[in-house]
Amino acid sequence: MAALGGLCSASLEDATDLTVPKVIIKRGTFMPHPNTIAQDMYEHRDTVLKDWIGYQLSALTLRRDLLKDNELRESSREFLDLFIEAFGQSADASSPAWKPVKDFLADMSRMRSQQGFTPTETATFVFSLKQPLFDLVQQRNGQDSKTLADELWTLTVLLDKLGLYTTEIYQQNRQGVILRQQQELMELSTPVVQLWDEVLALPLIGTLDSARAQIVMENLLQRIVDTGARIAIIDITGVPTVDTLVAQHLMKTVAAARLMGADCIISGIRPQIAQTIVHLGVNLSDIITKATLADAFQVALQRTGTTLTRADAAAHGTEG
Amino acid sequence: MNRRERWLVMVVLRDELLALRSVDDIIKARHLVRDCAVSQGLSLVDQTKLVTAASELARNALVHGGGGEMQLQALNDDVRKGIRIVFTDHGPGIADIRKAMKDGFSTSGGLGLGLGGARRLVDDFEIRSAPGQGTTVTIARWQQG
Amino acid sequence: MDRIPILKLGPHLLVTIQVDMHDRVAMTLQDDLTERIVKERARGVLLDISSVEVVDSFIGRMIGNTAAMARVLDAETVVVGMRPAVAITLVELGMALPGVRTALNVEAGMAVLESAGKMAGHGRPAR
Repeated sequence: MAALGGLCSASLEDATDLTVPKVIIKRGTFMPHPNTIAQDMYEHRDTVLKDWIGYQLSALTLRRDLLKDNELRESSREFLDLFIEAFGQSADASSPAWKPVKDFLADMSRMRSQQGFTPTETATFVFSLKQPLFDLVQQRNGQDSKTLADELWTLTVLLDKLGLYTTEIYQQNRQGVILRQQQELMELSTPVVQLWDEVLALPLIGTLDSARAQIVMENLLQRIVDTGARIAIIDITGVPTVDTLVAQHLMKTVAAARLMGADCIISGIRPQIAQTIVHLGVNLSDIITKATLADAFQVALQRTGTTLTRADAAAHGTEG
Repeated sequence: MNRRERWLVMVVLRDELLALRSVDDIIKARHLVRDCAVSQGLSLVDQTKLVTAASELARNALVHGGGGEMQLQALNDDVRKGIRIVFTDHGPGIADIRKAMKDGFSTSGGLGLGLGGARRLVDDFEIRSAPGQGTTVTIARWQQG
Repeated sequence: MDRIPILKLGPHLLVTIQVDMHDRVAMTLQDDLTERIVKERARGVLLDISSVEVVDSFIGRMIGNTAAMARVLDAETVVVGMRPAVAITLVELGMALPGVRTALNVEAGMAVLESAGKMAGHGRPAR
């Protein structure tokens, strides 16, 4: 353990100027502060760090599969330095003095969640600092029990807040990941393909909810502008059910495309869906509908002035 | 998080007031709303919807309310960003709001798509009015996703 | 007061709207355009709104009315270049501009006018 402590203080000294540019801590020259616990912490920081790392290494929650000992030492040292620096200025975690500490925790929480740590494990990193700090406070001389209790309480509140902060960041990250995935899924699930010169097709697969229908609509209309398409075929063969909402979205898409100067054809209407549409009282009479994508394609080709003919030698040829 | 809590932690980033006295102010209102919608990160379609709704309601306040004002707020909460716009006029007010919201209702010889149309273009819509009391319409649009 | 220029392209007129349309500009345009249709004996009108970022019900109504007036004067109107966001908004607003012909750009709009002219009976717009 003595060797361990020596190693830590050495790395602390080396790192002072290089890896921690945010805080300026130089040995022996400590800034004035209103807080004597911070002074004590600063003076005994090597011991505190050694004890804290010791506690963490012996804890059951330590993930030795994910975290190497030297990484743990490195981050513990950096966090403790930042903590003491901030604590020297304020005991209120919401004051600006604590920003470097929170930034550090945010980075760590982000990184650890990517590495597969649970939020509890990350928060435990912060909570485990209580033990060595409490030890330190209790060893201080000339304290009445009231002051001691106050000091312990201050530290508890502070560390609890910081620990919860890592959980909060973890949640925010998760939320971001979910949103991004939703978006990617949406984009993947609405491919617009160019079938022919001036003819686009949008094969819809899966259930259409309001949000997806909106994206489908915007994608299709933008692609119409990009490609200069005159006709867009919306194929709903892969859509399991068509309710009033879906039918409305389809009609809005068709109406918007028409305003831009492109016609839509809806294809792939299965018998069952045709029945539903009529029963729902949805009026699709203004819209060109075809049973299959092939039929719709044929109409599109006619409209754009293209004709397909089968060549005599069984090969396909085009003219037009 | 439920809706009520969201309102509690809302932060107002920007708060501007625009008088609606002439048709020039409708254009000013459109520019102001567009600018705010861009800075709040609304998608192009959402920007266009909000600006169009604002244009409708500004014109309403001018034509039916004899002028009024528009208050524009950029809002942030923990979860999303948005814009809230309040249109106030001191005109004759609306006796039957439900009827006025219906498409095809018009007192100005137009198509009567103003109120009902504007409601379809935004996420939140609230109207307060009574005969002789003027009309206040509050709309909000939130960044999607 | 700004005026929107009206260009003559053979038997057709081209109106390119580039400003954020003021109500008065819109009304002036209607007067100017109907006058020019008669004066030039125009067969078609291309209304290019590709630069227009907002079409509210007032401007939408102006577009619809202009097309209707032109039709009475025996000229076909094609609205060209409407942006996707504007189109989505108009549909949501409940303004599908029935009876107004549309095209993706000026070139396509010209083709619509040419084919309408060839078919001679261009009284009613096709959907």
